[in-house]
Amino acid sequence: MGMTMTQKILAAHAGLDYVEAGQLIEADLDLVLGNDITSPVAIHEMDKMTVDTVFNKDKVALVMDHFIPNKDIKSAEHCKCVREFACKHDITNYFDVGEMGIEHALLPEKGLTVAGDVVIGADSHTCTYGALGAFSTGVGSTDMAAGMATGKAWFKVPSAIKFNLTGKPSKWVSGKDVILHIIGMIGVDGARYKSMEFTGEGVANLSMDDRFTIANMAIEAGGKNGIFPVDEKAAAYMKEHSKREYKVYEADADAVYDEEYTIDLSQLKPTVAFPHLPENTKTIDEITEDVVIDQSVIGSCTNGRIDDLRIAAEILKGRKVKKGVRCIVIPATQAIYLQAMEEGLLKIFIEAGAVVSTPTCGPCLGGYMGILAEGERCISTTNRNFVGRMGHVKSEVYLASPAVAAASAVTGKISAPSELGL
Amino acid sequence: MKANGTVFKYGDNVDTDVIIPARYLNSSDPAELATHCMEDIDKDFVNKVKKGDIIVADKNFGCGSSREHAPLAIKAAGVSCVIAETFARIFYRNAINIGLPIIECPEASKGIESGDEVEVDFDSGVITNKTKGTSFKGQPFPEFMQKLIASGGLVNYINDKNR
Repeated sequence: MGMTMTQKILAAHAGLDYVEAGQLIEADLDLVLGNDITSPVAIHEMDKMTVDTVFNKDKVALVMDHFIPNKDIKSAEHCKCVREFACKHDITNYFDVGEMGIEHALLPEKGLTVAGDVVIGADSHTCTYGALGAFSTGVGSTDMAAGMATGKAWFKVPSAIKFNLTGKPSKWVSGKDVILHIIGMIGVDGARYKSMEFTGEGVANLSMDDRFTIANMAIEAGGKNGIFPVDEKAAAYMKEHSKREYKVYEADADAVYDEEYTIDLSQLKPTVAFPHLPENTKTIDEITEDVVIDQSVIGSCTNGRIDDLRIAAEILKGRKVKKGVRCIVIPATQAIYLQAMEEGLLKIFIEAGAVVSTPTCGPCLGGYMGILAEGERCISTTNRNFVGRMGHVKSEVYLASPAVAAASAVTGKISAPSELGL
Repeated sequence: MKANGTVFKYGDNVDTDVIIPARYLNSSDPAELATHCMEDIDKDFVNKVKKGDIIVADKNFGCGSSREHAPLAIKAAGVSCVIAETFARIFYRNAINIGLPIIECPEASKGIESGDEVEVDFDSGVITNKTKGTSFKGQPFPEFMQKLIASGGLVNYINDKNR
C-alpha cells in the first residue's frame, strides 16, 4: 500500500521508510511558530520546563500580528512578554511592528517555509503552507512550548481525502470560492483529523495566492492539513522568496484515500458562507433576497495577499463604497502593503472611500479595527463566521472572496461583480 | 479517579470562539478566562457552573482556532470532564496537554441532557447517568493520561517524570 504526500513527508521526518494512517510517530520540526496571543501561554509553559533555551534559534518564528500595534494594555503586556523572550533567546525570526505581517502570509513570503517541511504553529491556520508542498498544522501553546524546547512533536499519521481539480476557474472565481465550495460539500468536520490533498491538472490554473487561500481553510473542514503538489509555479515562488533547499514529495500511485472528489473549477461560481458556520454556503445566484451589509473586510491570512488586493482594486477602481458601509482593506504584510502602494492600489481604495490598515488579524477574530455592533452584518474575506466572531453575539459574518466583498461594498448588499457590469 | 457533577449540554460544532471569545484573549490568566467561559453560547454558564460539573456535547466540540485558552477556561471554571460525540483535533490535543479530561462517547452524548447528574470513572471508562439510571462505556483513560491529568498537564508531567 502506497503513502500519501503527507505520509511521505511525515515518514521522512520521523526517520522511517514507511508510515500508515493511525500510526503514532515523533517527527523532527523544521519550524515552530507562535503569535502574540498563543506565545505568552507557550512561554509560560516553557519556563516550567527544565530546559535552558530553544532547540534552534533559527527554527522558531514569533510573529506579533493579532492585537498589534497594541490595542490595549493587556495586549501590550503580552507583546512585551514575547519580545523579552525573543531577545533573551536571540530568536532570529521575531517579527514586530514595522517588520511583521499576518503570520501565514509572512512566513512563505520570507522564505521560512518550503516544500517538504514539517511545521507546527500555535495558530489553527498554520495549515496554509501546504500550498508550497509542506506538511504544516495548527497546535496549541503547550505543543508549541514542547516544540520550541525539543524540536520535535508527536503526530498521529492522518489518512487523506483526495480532491482532484480539473478545468479553469472563470473570471471572478478564485481560491476562496474553491475552498468554500468544498467546505459546503463536506461540512465543517468533513475532513476531521485528515489530510486534504489537492491534485489534478486544474491545480496549474490556480495562482499561488489561490492555493494559500485554499490550504489556509483546510482547518475549517476540520482537516489536519491541506497540501498541494509542487509544480512550476510553486518552485518559482520558492526560488523567488527562499534561499532554502526544498524537497519535493509526491503521493504514491497506489496511495489509499478515504474519499475522492473531482471538482471542475470551470463550473464553480462565486460562493458565500452564511452565518454561523463556514459550511452554510450558497452560490451567488442562489442568494435571492437582498442581504444588506454594514461592513466589508478585505484582508486576513486567508485573503490579504497581493492577488486579493488586485482583484478588489479592479472592482473598486472608479467606484464608491456605498454610503453607510465601512470598507476596511488590510494588506497582510509590509511587503504586500508596499507593493499595493507602488501599483496604485491603495490610491484606488482610498478614492473609493475604503480605509487601508497596517497588517493585523484585528477584525477577523473580533479583536479590534472593525468590531460589529448588535444586528450588524459584515461581508468578509476572512475564514470564520461563528457566533460573535467579529463582535456582538447578535452580529453576522458572511464569508466570501475579495471580488464579492469589494462588489458588495459598492452596492451595500451581497453582490457578484456582474451586478456592477463587470 | 472519578468525576461527578451536573451536566451542561450543548449541540454540534461548539467552536472555540464561543468557548472563549477572542475579545478576552488579551489575557492568558486561566482564572480570568474562566469568568467568560461559554459566554457567547450560554451567558448563564459561569453563574451556574459548580466545581466538578460536566460538559456534554454533540459532534466536533472545540472546532475553530487553536487557542489553548479554550480548554484552560473550561478547566479553570471548575469543569471536571468534557464528553462529546466527537472532538475537533486541536482542541482534543490541547485538552490532554493541559490536563482537562475529555471522552469521546456518542452514546453518552445522546443519552445525557442538561441538568442530569453524571459520574465518570476514568479507570473503567464507564459514564453513569445517575438521574436517568443509565450507563455508557467510553474508553478508559490509560495510566499515563491519568498521571498527566493528576500532574496538571503535559509539562508538569514531564517534569515530574524527570525529577
